[in-house]
Amino acid sequence: MDREINLDTMSAEYVDVLKELGNIGAGNAMTALAQMLNCKVDMKVPQVRLLEFKDVGALIGGEEQIMAGIYLAVEGDITGSIMFLLGKDSARHLVTKLMGMALEGDAFGEMEMSALMEIGNIITGAYLNSLATITNLKIFPSVPSLCVDMAGAILSVPAIEFGTLGDKILLIQSQFMDEIELDGYFIMVPDIDSYSKILSSLGMA
Amino acid sequence: MSEIIKVGMADLKICKSPDGVTTLGLGSCVGIAVRDPVTKIGGLAHIMLPDSTVIRNNSNIPKFADTGIEALVRQVVSAGANRGRLVAKIAGGARMFAFQGKSDMIGVGERNVEAVKRKLRELKVPILAEDTGKNYGRTVIFYPETGDFVIRSVGKSETVI
Repeated sequence: MDREINLDTMSAEYVDVLKELGNIGAGNAMTALAQMLNCKVDMKVPQVRLLEFKDVGALIGGEEQIMAGIYLAVEGDITGSIMFLLGKDSARHLVTKLMGMALEGDAFGEMEMSALMEIGNIITGAYLNSLATITNLKIFPSVPSLCVDMAGAILSVPAIEFGTLGDKILLIQSQFMDEIELDGYFIMVPDIDSYSKILSSLGMA
Repeated sequence: MSEIIKVGMADLKICKSPDGVTTLGLGSCVGIAVRDPVTKIGGLAHIMLPDSTVIRNNSNIPKFADTGIEALVRQVVSAGANRGRLVAKIAGGARMFAFQGKSDMIGVGERNVEAVKRKLRELKVPILAEDTGKNYGRTVIFYPETGDFVIRSVGKSETVI
């Protein structure tokens, strides 16, 4: 069976399944975050969107907005990559909370970067775990890599990967509230064969 | 009153002096600015991938270095630029993450830059200046009036190439 999976023409049913997986993953990720910070984290229902490349920037508050992106490769039964994006203020808030002290200055130092990497690691790990449980597939994440830069530049990396498949990007926006409202985004980029594997593991293909 | 026209990801726009063209937050993508210094007509393309011929779903012309640059040149020429006078400046093609995804995606920034240079050479459009590679994002603004290619990055001072 050589089924061509194309995000641009994918049936609404398939998109719904991918959305639902995203919802569950984001929920688990937020639970993990609450445990790590040892506090209650409220979460809104995640928004899952299939966007044109040109519209992505506007949704996350502008291409030039500074964000922290944590990016890792996924191997095992499915291959691809996953990214967790966090606005700069949200990232600072979480790092402050995790380290138990206020950050000095505006830039992220080495300590803050490594705290951020750990936050990203836990969040993406929980996300992938829930995906593995639901689909019964083996999913192994790689060591994460962190980048703090303009949103457009960070997003170019998953966008290019989606670009090899089509002209849209699948973005899961999860808003969560701690003391302040925080905005996080998941971007999951399975490669072409992995789409079929995920869907067939759920009895869809 | 001059206007700055925005170019999105996998997009291209042309403009005429005194207007300018901009694209925000270039990462591993490459921004290609061309102009005719006499008629001061120019344009900017924001490409994402090096080669349309290896991708099955390749109808999005400005997404690829090869087809995108061809279309950019064709459009500035039909807007009145002289084909033989065209010159280019390029920016972007960064490696945003120390590790970058699937093996075939490693170094896509560098491959984009190479593909852009190859295509411009093939079309005999000389590259006057470039700011490519490294590991940070760039916002670029191009003014066909002067040929100035303004580059902004986080935590760095603005440069003009």
